[in-house]
Amino acid sequence: MHLSTLAQLSTALESRQISSEELTRLYLERCKKFNDSLNCFITINEDSAMAQAKSADEQRAAGKGSALTGIPIAQKDIFCTNGIKTSCGSKMLDNFIAPYDATVIEKMNAAGIVNIGKTNMDEFAMGSSNETSFYGPVKNPWDKDYVPGGSSGGSASAVAARLSPAATGTDTGGSIRQPASLCGITGLKPTYGRVSRYGMVAFASSLDQGGPMTQTAEDAALMMNVIAGFDQRDSTSAEVPVDDYTAKLNDSIDGLKIGLPKEYFDEGLDSNIAKLIEDGIKELEKLGAVCKDIELPNTQLSIPAYYVVAPAECSSNLSRFDGVRYGYRCDNPEDLSDLYCRSRGEGFGKEVKRRIMIGAYVLSAGYYDAYYLKAQQVRHLIRDDFQNAFKEVDIIAGPTATGTAFKLNEKINDPVSMYLSDIYTVSVNLAGLPAMSVPAGFSNKLPVGMQLIGNYFEESKLLNIAHRYQQATDWHLQVPGGFE
Amino acid sequence: MEWETVIGLEIHAQLATRSKIFSGAATAYGAEPNTQACAVDLGLPGVLPVLNEQVVLMAIKFGLAIDAEIPERSIFARKNYFYPDLPKGYQISQFELPIVSRGNLEIELDDGTTKTVGVTRAHLEEDAGKSMHEGFGNMTGIDLNRAGTPLLEIVSEPDMRSAKEAVAYMKKIHSIVRYLEICDGNMQEGSFRCDANVSIRPKGQKEFGIRTELKNINSFRFVEQAINIEVERQIDIIEDGGTIVQETRLYDPNKNETRSMRSKEEANDYRYFPDPDLLPVQIEPELIEKIRSELPELPNAKKQRFITEFNLSDYDSAVLTAQKEMAAYFETCVAVAGGEAKLSANWISGELSAALNKDNKEITECPVSAEMLGGMIKRIKDDTISGKIAKQVFEAMWNGEGDADTIIEKKGLKQVTDSGAIEKLVDDVIANSPAQVAQYQAAPPDKQGKLIGYFVGQIMKQSQGKANPKQVNELLKEKLKA
Repeated sequence: MHLSTLAQLSTALESRQISSEELTRLYLERCKKFNDSLNCFITINEDSAMAQAKSADEQRAAGKGSALTGIPIAQKDIFCTNGIKTSCGSKMLDNFIAPYDATVIEKMNAAGIVNIGKTNMDEFAMGSSNETSFYGPVKNPWDKDYVPGGSSGGSASAVAARLSPAATGTDTGGSIRQPASLCGITGLKPTYGRVSRYGMVAFASSLDQGGPMTQTAEDAALMMNVIAGFDQRDSTSAEVPVDDYTAKLNDSIDGLKIGLPKEYFDEGLDSNIAKLIEDGIKELEKLGAVCKDIELPNTQLSIPAYYVVAPAECSSNLSRFDGVRYGYRCDNPEDLSDLYCRSRGEGFGKEVKRRIMIGAYVLSAGYYDAYYLKAQQVRHLIRDDFQNAFKEVDIIAGPTATGTAFKLNEKINDPVSMYLSDIYTVSVNLAGLPAMSVPAGFSNKLPVGMQLIGNYFEESKLLNIAHRYQQATDWHLQVPGGFE
Repeated sequence: MEWETVIGLEIHAQLATRSKIFSGAATAYGAEPNTQACAVDLGLPGVLPVLNEQVVLMAIKFGLAIDAEIPERSIFARKNYFYPDLPKGYQISQFELPIVSRGNLEIELDDGTTKTVGVTRAHLEEDAGKSMHEGFGNMTGIDLNRAGTPLLEIVSEPDMRSAKEAVAYMKKIHSIVRYLEICDGNMQEGSFRCDANVSIRPKGQKEFGIRTELKNINSFRFVEQAINIEVERQIDIIEDGGTIVQETRLYDPNKNETRSMRSKEEANDYRYFPDPDLLPVQIEPELIEKIRSELPELPNAKKQRFITEFNLSDYDSAVLTAQKEMAAYFETCVAVAGGEAKLSANWISGELSAALNKDNKEITECPVSAEMLGGMIKRIKDDTISGKIAKQVFEAMWNGEGDADTIIEKKGLKQVTDSGAIEKLVDDVIANSPAQVAQYQAAPPDKQGKLIGYFVGQIMKQSQGKANPKQVNELLKEKLKA
């Protein structure tokens, strides 16, 4: 049962093959059993999950509920959950019990989904390896010496190990897609504004976007049906009609034009991975897709632009963590300045402090034009690159990450090399486009993801392509040893 | 050396919305601490601001009232600094592209001339909370009720040349925001306050001197005092060979002095950048035209109309139109008084204003309604009562004894105009005052006018003021002829 997808669990619940209480207990057992070794949960919601399961069963018995009613799903610990600790992977919020639900959580609760636990993550979503978490690193279930990627590493590891059939993630520069790639699962970062950011602890407001992390594209579509949509509490959420994301999953992709950006296949890419991605693209060609070489000439600028914009916004967004109203406060502050300096100095980890300092620097008087304004101009160039490409092709395909999972501690002291590994994902955030990572094979026994990038609000098209690809391949069905 | 003062004002007007600028929490004044602060105002993790559209409409109204340009696009920016009563660690304000750009305002000066003051810009922002340093031992309490209250910051050009001009400008802005009903103007509650930038320069010099900023002054009187005392301080420093330090200063009305808060070197770098949580505000020309067509009559226009329509002096008209409620009171009073404008104006700026001042009341709280005052003036006009008796009637109305007719009736204040009755009073007084009669009759005609006062006084005393003074005078003159 624990190898089932959301779609299969939905059927099982619908046909009363299993109850939500049974299902939830099963996953809770798995969480408790494997969390010590994987560390993918910060909080396991045993009691509240069982209560939600009971109520889901009652709903189903009354003939109510929807496709996902009664199914346990794990939530990244960046989403505020009423009455449950919401730490964002930080000592700063270790004592923070959110007094309200994020819109995503509210929608999931309304759909009868069981919140099984809050997943580990890089501190404030800053990191690509899950090693910056206050709660310790998450392990990759494919090999526990390796990182799961980040920042949604807890979610990716939990889904890969089938401790939860699906999870939420958030993606600011690749934080859904890169861990999905490194853990061999499916991840979708929707168009900026498609999923409400209300209640999602902000890292970089103009880039952050929540989305599903699942076993299959079909599951991602089911989750999107619940979480997508305009929210009047988020001014940047889009007032664009929401699709039924499952409706077009089986559409033919015959004649689909796929763009292959030459910048995504250059010397920076591991040759084994290049080969796997080419194989993946060949599968799509077999399904009728046509490939075309394209150029995204400003790709190289995306990393520097991202590492100006994201820290700038983070430096301001994280100012509210000051030890005054909630969160960590240092012991015996001497005065106000001491309260600020020590609460923030002791409450934030190294990577978060590094980014706050970069951000404060690029926004400061005299540097703003040279850094922040320039980065915003680069952002326009990157968006234009994609828009030009989408005049010729329907979607863009390439690798999600430059390599497979790396070893714990391998890159943590080399932030620049860590930043550079985000090269294929960050430009998508800078442009605000939707993109997915789908499992495309293994290199040295570690999973590799293929990235599909769509035009604005074309999540349905991405899910359709990914689903057709998964009908033809079985990479997404592989389960790491010891978790079968 | 002769010095010229240069002043620019930054006025903060709290916009009269029911809810806050970026949240649904109430803005009412005086609630228990932290009862009017929701998750957004508290700056909880994950919350997002949503713009209250009312504030945009209000800002546009103000912009149109000062002939300002309303740009098509306006953006919110974050002003980053740490302070315990600033929950997010930044204030949402506007930096580049404010909602209102360059405008103009005409002010009246004491010598009867007018002057145009430039308004550089007006922008929207949220207020911070309040730090409370008393009652918490060596800790500080924070009340976030005020956090997120909408403010319109109105920035003037450095166009004012004296404290009096600055006050005239501030009063004019105060009058306009109240006419537009976008701010209640309550200075005690901090709904209307200002910062003054003050510098001096030798008369005739073009370049500005180094300025200081006087923070958070919340009364017209304090603005005048603060500027004057600061100008004196600056002159003293420069004449002693010193230089002015660019800094923020606080005015202490108790000691009537300004003192340094922080210098330019200590000033924050606010690291302004566009707030990524809020979309740019797009303003359609149709909306501007709609708001323009709905603007109420503004103080200057009303003043001109009062001058032509009611034949009032420039001064009377300015006094009566400074406050919208006062102008409305006047117009109602005149209508009830059968068009008696001059008398109405005199009563309103005289007795009525004095009584309001004495009891520290606003015109809106006046116990004598415009209808009541108009009713009384009508009785003066039709000779039912004299102007002198009217003061008694007014006092009774103020004390809640009813309208003028009721009081006149109840107290028997009706003027005696019956010539028989008056003649009897006159005859009695003449008969009882032989010495005064002789003195009067012996006096040369130009002295008689003064001497007749004695007889008038006696008759008024006898009649308790009710005898018609005109009739009394005429009859006395007649009867006292030798």
